[in-house]
Amino acid sequence: MKPVALVEGRGVPLGRSDIDTDQIIPSEWLKRVERTGFGRGLFSEWRDDPSFILNQQDFVGAAVLVANARFGTGSSREHAVWALMDYGFEAVVASSFGDIFRNNASKQGLVIVELAEADVAELRDLIEKNPRMVITIDLTRRTIEVAEVAWQREFAMSDTIRERLLNGWDDIGLTLLHEDDISTFETSYDRQHPSAAAQFSAEATS
Amino acid sequence: MGRTLFEKIWDSHLVTSSETGPSLLYVDLHLIHEVTSPQAFDGLRIGGRRVRRPDRTLATADHNVPTDPLDVPVADPISKKQLDVLEENCAEAGITLFPRGHANQGIVHVIGPELGVSQPGMIIVCGDSHTSTHGALGALAFGIGTSEVEHVLATQTIPQTKPRTLAVNVVGTTPLGVTAKDIALGVIRRLGTGGGSGYVVEYRGHAISALSMEGRLTLCNMSIEAGARAGLIGVDDVTINYLRTTPGVPQGDEFATAEKSWREFASDPDAVFDDEITIEAASLAPLMTWGTNPSQVVEVTGVVPAPVDEADTRSLEYMDLAPGTPLSQVAVDVVFIGSCTNSRIEDLRAAAAVAAGNTVASSVRALVVPGSHRVKKQAEAEGLDQVFLAAGFEWREPGCSMCLGMNPDQLTPGQRSASTSNRNFEGRQGRGGRTHLVSPAVAAATAIVGCFAIPHEVAR
Repeated sequence: MKPVALVEGRGVPLGRSDIDTDQIIPSEWLKRVERTGFGRGLFSEWRDDPSFILNQQDFVGAAVLVANARFGTGSSREHAVWALMDYGFEAVVASSFGDIFRNNASKQGLVIVELAEADVAELRDLIEKNPRMVITIDLTRRTIEVAEVAWQREFAMSDTIRERLLNGWDDIGLTLLHEDDISTFETSYDRQHPSAAAQFSAEATS
Repeated sequence: MGRTLFEKIWDSHLVTSSETGPSLLYVDLHLIHEVTSPQAFDGLRIGGRRVRRPDRTLATADHNVPTDPLDVPVADPISKKQLDVLEENCAEAGITLFPRGHANQGIVHVIGPELGVSQPGMIIVCGDSHTSTHGALGALAFGIGTSEVEHVLATQTIPQTKPRTLAVNVVGTTPLGVTAKDIALGVIRRLGTGGGSGYVVEYRGHAISALSMEGRLTLCNMSIEAGARAGLIGVDDVTINYLRTTPGVPQGDEFATAEKSWREFASDPDAVFDDEITIEAASLAPLMTWGTNPSQVVEVTGVVPAPVDEADTRSLEYMDLAPGTPLSQVAVDVVFIGSCTNSRIEDLRAAAAVAAGNTVASSVRALVVPGSHRVKKQAEAEGLDQVFLAAGFEWREPGCSMCLGMNPDQLTPGQRSASTSNRNFEGRQGRGGRTHLVSPAVAAATAIVGCFAIPHEVAR
């Protein structure tokens, strides 16, 4: 994962609540075995509508998606995060997020900013008034700011996720620092709890 | 102070422990399928890593598989490739795979329990949000993303920050005709789609104890629709009696030993939950969704509600429904009986009991998709396939099918379905499709009447 400390860019206000991961990336896109190229599928059913906000010239090249309540609920598909990032989004601002989506985002470096519903609405209004204004998200200070209108809010982000994003750490590498702990646990656990799935290996054909 | 079921499982899987950040938990069973695993295997190859415990990993082909007869090849080349890549990855890593047509193949959340590989006290993960299903057996089971699939393949562990616990008490006795699906929809109506966020839910109370294992699997399956990554039910006689019938559990004298340890996996009487809600079972009725998220729930015998916010208005527009319309006057085009929510033998029995001696309305296409080959075989042994076929239902091969429309079973734009699946999101069952979630019995009644109906309304 690439380290991320600062997101700077224009925003897109997408005020619908309950944008589930099926909307973010419809299931027809999930058949692909690659990790790239999902940007074309982002909100693909809505993008058929020429008036959809991502089709408006003002919002081309934006980096911050400003949504509403319960963004990214539903399916665990990490493809939703890949699609947002492949399209060019570096951060999503909303008043709440689906747990699995939030987790997936943290593994890929998509910055999740959770603000009070009124603050998110304010930010959407500001963007609608001036789509060109620049939003700055500073992970070190845990702030989101629109300097030209002196609008600033702090947001919560766990130390664990912030450290990981700032350093671009790979989770697997971090976990394998505990290889000895895993092996010790595993050896004793296996004795008491042998794998239940293993017995089916002989029955399988592939 | 006693511990909750969740705490018992958490404590027994701690490889490393942290009060402030994530703890590292050992994973008993990692279930994989074709959709969320290919990029994880690629990641392993790029990182020069191996699958640590292929013997604790089990794979099935479910999301993409066609439900046509098995001699019909997979027509979609992209689906075919994804299924092939799963086979290649499993062969390379030494992971047991049940491919299309195998006697043990089926939807991942149907085969885990029925094979007996999902057991009490386990931590079970899968790259699928409906992994919460397995919690019905007293296991901590939750969905993960592809990066986490790669992590579990490489380390057999998963870092997790401790979630909070929420007890959902469903007290009293459910009225006749109210099924586990109706309880699930009632809970989601109460909690909303985000109410369970950050929690592990434990379902408790008389109405829960009275559920069969199939019913419990249905209920835990939909925990994620209320935002909770996991739903649990403590081990009792129902759990043990179900496990006894599965091939994957210890046999003979060893079963008694296993049973003794499994029975520990229930919350202690004095355990304290972080939060608690109570639902009176008597207040429930056969329920269905009217909108585009699973908390938009109404009684099947009711009317389309008036919108209370902008989201409701948008849902009504997408669903092409007017407030005040009796649902008994809303016609459906397709009925789908299947999915990891409602495709088990008991679900098929409930639907067949309604279908028997009746005929599907001429305006309706009705599909029955068993959750696995084992379910299909059992249903055929009981003659349920003949009941469905005689009534005009299609009897298909197992898979996820129209729940998410990754295979050819899809709604066309504007079509309306009554579906026993778990998500009524826009376009979930096919672009422009309109989904209403219902129980198997309501689905069967609706297929026969042609509009939303409860089984009582179906003439015999």
